[in-house]
Amino acid sequence: MGIFSKPSFNSDKKREFPEGLWQKCPSCAEMIHNLDLVQNFRVCPKCDHHMTQTAHERLEMLLDVGSFEEHDANLVSVDTLKFTGMASYTDRLKSYQKKTGLKDAVISGLGAIDGQRVSIAVMDFNFIAATMGSVVGEKLTRAVERATRERLPVIIVSASGGARMYEGVLSLLQMAKTCGALALHAQARLPYISVLTHPTTGGVSASFATVGDIIMAEPKAMIGFAGPRVIKETTHQDLPPDFQTAEFLEDHGLVDMIVHRKKMRETLGELLGYLAPAK
Amino acid sequence: MKLQPLEFEKPIVELEEKLADLKKHSRANDINFDTEVRRMEGKLEDTKRAIYENLTAWQRVQIARHNARPFALDYLQLSFTNFLELHGDRLFAEDRAMPGGFATISGRKCVVIGHQKGRELKENLKRNFGCANPEGYRKALRLMRLAEKFGLPFVSLIDTPGAYPGLGSEERHISEAIAVNLREMMVLRTPTVAVVIGEGGSGGALGIAVADRVLMLENAYYSVISPEGCAAILWKHRKHAPEAAAALKLTARDLFEMGLIDGIIPEPLGGAHQNHAAAIANLKTAVSRALDELTPIPHDELLARRYEKFRRFGEFAGDA
Repeated sequence: MGIFSKPSFNSDKKREFPEGLWQKCPSCAEMIHNLDLVQNFRVCPKCDHHMTQTAHERLEMLLDVGSFEEHDANLVSVDTLKFTGMASYTDRLKSYQKKTGLKDAVISGLGAIDGQRVSIAVMDFNFIAATMGSVVGEKLTRAVERATRERLPVIIVSASGGARMYEGVLSLLQMAKTCGALALHAQARLPYISVLTHPTTGGVSASFATVGDIIMAEPKAMIGFAGPRVIKETTHQDLPPDFQTAEFLEDHGLVDMIVHRKKMRETLGELLGYLAPAK
Repeated sequence: MKLQPLEFEKPIVELEEKLADLKKHSRANDINFDTEVRRMEGKLEDTKRAIYENLTAWQRVQIARHNARPFALDYLQLSFTNFLELHGDRLFAEDRAMPGGFATISGRKCVVIGHQKGRELKENLKRNFGCANPEGYRKALRLMRLAEKFGLPFVSLIDTPGAYPGLGSEERHISEAIAVNLREMMVLRTPTVAVVIGEGGSGGALGIAVADRVLMLENAYYSVISPEGCAAILWKHRKHAPEAAAALKLTARDLFEMGLIDGIIPEPLGGAHQNHAAAIANLKTAVSRALDELTPIPHDELLARRYEKFRRFGEFAGDA
C-alpha cells in the first residue's frame, strides 16, 4: 500500500499546446480541445480512453440537475505529525488547494439519480492523488452514517493512490473507520454501490472500495493492491499485459461490471431500482 | 544462539569483548583484576542504558525486524498453552505465513492467529517472510467466525512487513480479503485483542488488527508504509529510511501518545530477542488482563465501544 512511486498519470507533460486549451489523449495522442473534452465527460472522442474527471464534473454528470446538496464542505487536513520530508505536508496541502480549488480529495453530500435519493461521495484524483487521510476518511464515514440514518443507498466513486502517508497510522486507520461504518450500513440492509475509476489502489482498494454490494469499474481503469513495479521487484514474475485493469478484474470475477462513463448514470439508476431499501 | 548485533549496538559489543578478554587474562595469569572488572561492568551497564533507553525510531524498527526476536509461534506455544493448529481457508490453500487455531491463556480458551516469519532461509521460504496471501486473511476470517460462534475470544499477533505483493495475490483479490476483514472485525460479536509483536506493516497488519484492545510490544512498529518505501517516495532514496521512520511516528510510544493504540507491552532491556522468557511472560500478562477486562462486557456494549474507538480516529479542522 502506498509503496509504489508517485503515479505518473495526470502529469503536466501531456500538454504541449497552450496551458489549459488543448489536451493530448494519453492513449491515442489525439489533440482534443478542452471544451470538447469536458462536454464529452473527459472521454477521448477518438479512442474512448477515459481520462480523469474532477469530482464536480462527476457529480454533475451523475446526479439530477440541482439535486446535489454538499455536506462537510469545510473539513480540511491538518499536519498532525508535523511531517517534514522533501516538502512539508502543510506546503503540499496549500499547493494542491490552490491548484484544484478543493479543500481535500473528496466531495460528499446528498443528491438524486432519476429521482432516487442517495448519499454520494466522489474522490478527486487531482488532489494529492486522492490519497486517504483523516479528512477523506471522515467525509466518507459521515456520508455512510448519513445514509444509514436516513435509510439511503450509498454511492462512492473511488480513485486513489492509497493511504496518505503524511498522516501515518492515522491514515491507515481510516480504512478501518470507513469499513466499520459500511458494516453498520450493511446490517441495516441498505445498498452500497462502489464505482472504481482510474486508478484505485493501495489502502483504498483494500478497504471501502472493495466491499460494495455492487462493484462497477470504468473501462481500462487500473485497480489493484500493490503497484506493478513492487510486484515485479518482489516476485520477478512476468505480469500479463492487462494486469490490474478493470478487464483483468472482470475476467477474474472481482467486479460486477465494466461500465462506460456515458452509461454510468443510467446504469446506477437501473441498479438503484433493484436495490431500493426495503420499506 | 549467538545474537547478531545491530549497528548501533557496537559500543556494547566492544565493551563486552573487552570484559571477556580481561576475565580470560585474569584467569590465565592468575592475576586479580576484580576492581577493573567491576569498573568495566559498570561502564557496560551505563552504555547499555544510554543506548537502549534512547532508541530512535529507526533503531526500534531494526529491533522489531531482528531474526532472533520471538515470533508468533513462540508466543503461541509459550505465552499460550495447548495450541491446536487449524489449517486452510477452505477455498484455495493453507497460508503458512499465518498460522492459527485454538489455544489457552491463563486458563482462558481462545482462538488465535498470527503472522509467522522464519529465522533462516528455508523456514522463511515456507513462511513467505511473514507476508500472507489472501488465503491467510480468509483463514483469519474463518477462525474469527469460529470464535464468534463458539463464544471464544479472538486474539491476533501481528508481525508482517505487509501483505504479499504478487500476481496470484492480486488475482485472488488480496484487497477484498483485507477489506472484508476490516468490515467484519468491527461487528464480530466476541472480545478481540490484537498485539503488534514485531512489524506492523500497513494493510497487511490492519487486516487482523481491528480489535477491542490493540496493544504493541515496546519495540514493535506500526506504519502505513515501510520507512524504506516512504523514503523512496518522499526523499527520493531508500537511504533516508531513518528520517522517514522518525517522521512517520511509527513507534509504540508515539502511537500510544496519539491515542491510536490502547497499551504498550514492555520488553526486556535491549529488546525481546535478548530475553525470550521475559517477553513471553509480559505478553501473557497483558493479553490475559485485556481478556479479563473485556469478557464481562455485554456484546452490544462491546461493539458500540469498539465502533466508537475507531470512529474517533482522525485529525482535521473546519467542522461547523
